[in-house]
Amino acid sequence: MSGRTRLLVCVALLGALHVGVAYAGFFAPYDPAAQNREHPYAPPMRLHFVDAQGGLHLRPFFYAQPLRAGSFDIYEEDQTRAMPVKFFVSGAPYKVLGVLPLRTHLFGGDLPVYLLGTDGYGRDLLSRVLFGGQVSLFAGLIGAGLTLSIGLCVGAAAGFWGGWKDEVLMRVAELFLALPWIYLLFAVRAFLPLAVPPLKAFLLVVVVIGAVGWARPARMVRGIVLSAKERDFVRAARGFGASGGYLLRRHILPETAGVLLTQAAILVPQFVLAEMTLSFLGLGVPEPMPSWGNLLASLQHYNVLVSYWWMYLPALAMVPFFLGYLVLASLLQRGAVAYKIEGAGSGV
Amino acid sequence: MRFLLRRLGHAVSLLVGVSVLAFFFSTLAPGNYFDEMRLNPQISAERLSSLRAQYQVDRPMAVRYVRWAGAVLHGDLGFSFAYNTPVAPLLWTRARNTLLLTGTATLSVWMLALPLGVWSAERLGRPADVTLSWATAVLLIVPDLALALGLLVLAVRSGWLPPGGMVSVGFERFSTAHKLGDVASHMVLPVTALVASALPVLLRHVRAAVAEALEAPFLRAAEGHGISRRRLLYRYVLPAAAHPLIALFGFSIGTLLSGSLLVEVVMSWPGLGPFLLEAILARDLYVVIGGVLLSTLFLVAGNFVADLLLYWADPRIRAETPGR
Repeated sequence: MSGRTRLLVCVALLGALHVGVAYAGFFAPYDPAAQNREHPYAPPMRLHFVDAQGGLHLRPFFYAQPLRAGSFDIYEEDQTRAMPVKFFVSGAPYKVLGVLPLRTHLFGGDLPVYLLGTDGYGRDLLSRVLFGGQVSLFAGLIGAGLTLSIGLCVGAAAGFWGGWKDEVLMRVAELFLALPWIYLLFAVRAFLPLAVPPLKAFLLVVVVIGAVGWARPARMVRGIVLSAKERDFVRAARGFGASGGYLLRRHILPETAGVLLTQAAILVPQFVLAEMTLSFLGLGVPEPMPSWGNLLASLQHYNVLVSYWWMYLPALAMVPFFLGYLVLASLLQRGAVAYKIEGAGSGV
Repeated sequence: MRFLLRRLGHAVSLLVGVSVLAFFFSTLAPGNYFDEMRLNPQISAERLSSLRAQYQVDRPMAVRYVRWAGAVLHGDLGFSFAYNTPVAPLLWTRARNTLLLTGTATLSVWMLALPLGVWSAERLGRPADVTLSWATAVLLIVPDLALALGLLVLAVRSGWLPPGGMVSVGFERFSTAHKLGDVASHMVLPVTALVASALPVLLRHVRAAVAEALEAPFLRAAEGHGISRRRLLYRYVLPAAAHPLIALFGFSIGTLLSGSLLVEVVMSWPGLGPFLLEAILARDLYVVIGGVLLSTLFLVAGNFVADLLLYWADPRIRAETPGR
């Protein structure tokens, strides 16, 4: 496989994962906030193909899983009540990307089906993980966009104008780099309001994460701008009377695209993790809005950690995305190196 | 010497800058500790205004900053509203625990990364190297939070290791040896989590630096002279790779400090992390600023140590400042 094909495959897979999360409502069988007080801490249900009599079924089925009488968290499969999995069922209404209203879900059953179990309120964990992904990934993507925009502006300004502006901007960037970055994140979060409604909290988290990481991309952009503005074609354009804004837009900033893309592939997972950390610690997105971070918050209670292992599963939801972004970043970096060597070899 | 003095001046100016920045952010904060008190019907308005006057929360930022900075120079980091005692002693005990944790983790991660990195750089592209790369890639794609929680689940379910905290019940009555063993057994879990999260990145850099040094023509020549592998490695390869590795040392301290904040909270290690979190939730201004400043101090000090090492290891830097 050539580098280009690999890159395309990687981007396609990563895109598919994101579309999957964007269509969370379709893949999730239930509303993420819907509670079922009859089923607190229900373990993941097992999917069966073979029934108690040994007969094979093409359509998989679940056994109903009622609470054992007199207990509050022990469930037993009732092998007399099988319920086949139904596909494309109509259920709780949801909106795709906040606009397209739909009711169709990929699967469901006559009785509640909990593929990943439920939490203490009897909310379906699978649905919460999928909808939580929307929150966490969105926070990471917007945060990265914000950081890169700030980095681009600051870096371009510092590199292009130089002089005391460069000096001041780079000293401030150094301050931001001098702090261990989670402490910096905490410090900025510390001085913002604590108890806010979920949507506002989400925006707050995005802004905090986005505002904290700009220093590194700004330095990189500055370096590229510094070298690009001395290139012959830029000097030539300047000689023809091109304005500073035109030079930046037309000749210099396009040079930074490669670095910005690579940085984006590195920053998005880092920022998703930042959102997870903040929400896990109760400084981010609050309940009942699910996020990959606050889904794990209940694990801070010892009894949940000991008794309900499936509550740990949301921690692993991030893994395929991390993998995708990691491969993407390394492919982009390798591509950038190859491009440079190619450019040097062809001789300008 | 000029190099070191310059680096020291740089470190100090960074600390001052960070303190100004922290103070600036704190003025953006809506409300303070006493605003939350206003909701408490047991505290009268007069008492509140006298408290506000006592702690001078209504003075302008510049005035408060100068007063605070003056106090910091005397080792006084301000006053904790929530604990009603000076911040400095509160912070120091926590900082000591954080230092113990990150110090041990830094040491362990380097003791693993150096030999492993050299080992795999020598076998670049062969099955052993590829296997190691894959193994560390797995560590890289598991988020830190998942790793820490997973280790905790493992410890709790197996019962091999204490599931958090720093000391067992009845610690005061233990003998000295027992005390050391107890703290050490509590440290295994958080240190493992920190090492596992920092190792992959570090290992890659060590491997790349050593591989680059191994490629150098002078090394080929030394090899041609029949110098033994071991001598080649210690006498020629490591010094040549020292510069990037030492620069990496400062970076690794930053990563571990950041990582330890989360690990400390998850494993209830009584360090800066849980303390800072508690202070944020209580709007305890000076504790937050003190904690942030202290973490910066650690990082800056770590970088300064890296500079010292660089000065010692790299003759080019000494040559830049002749005759001192």
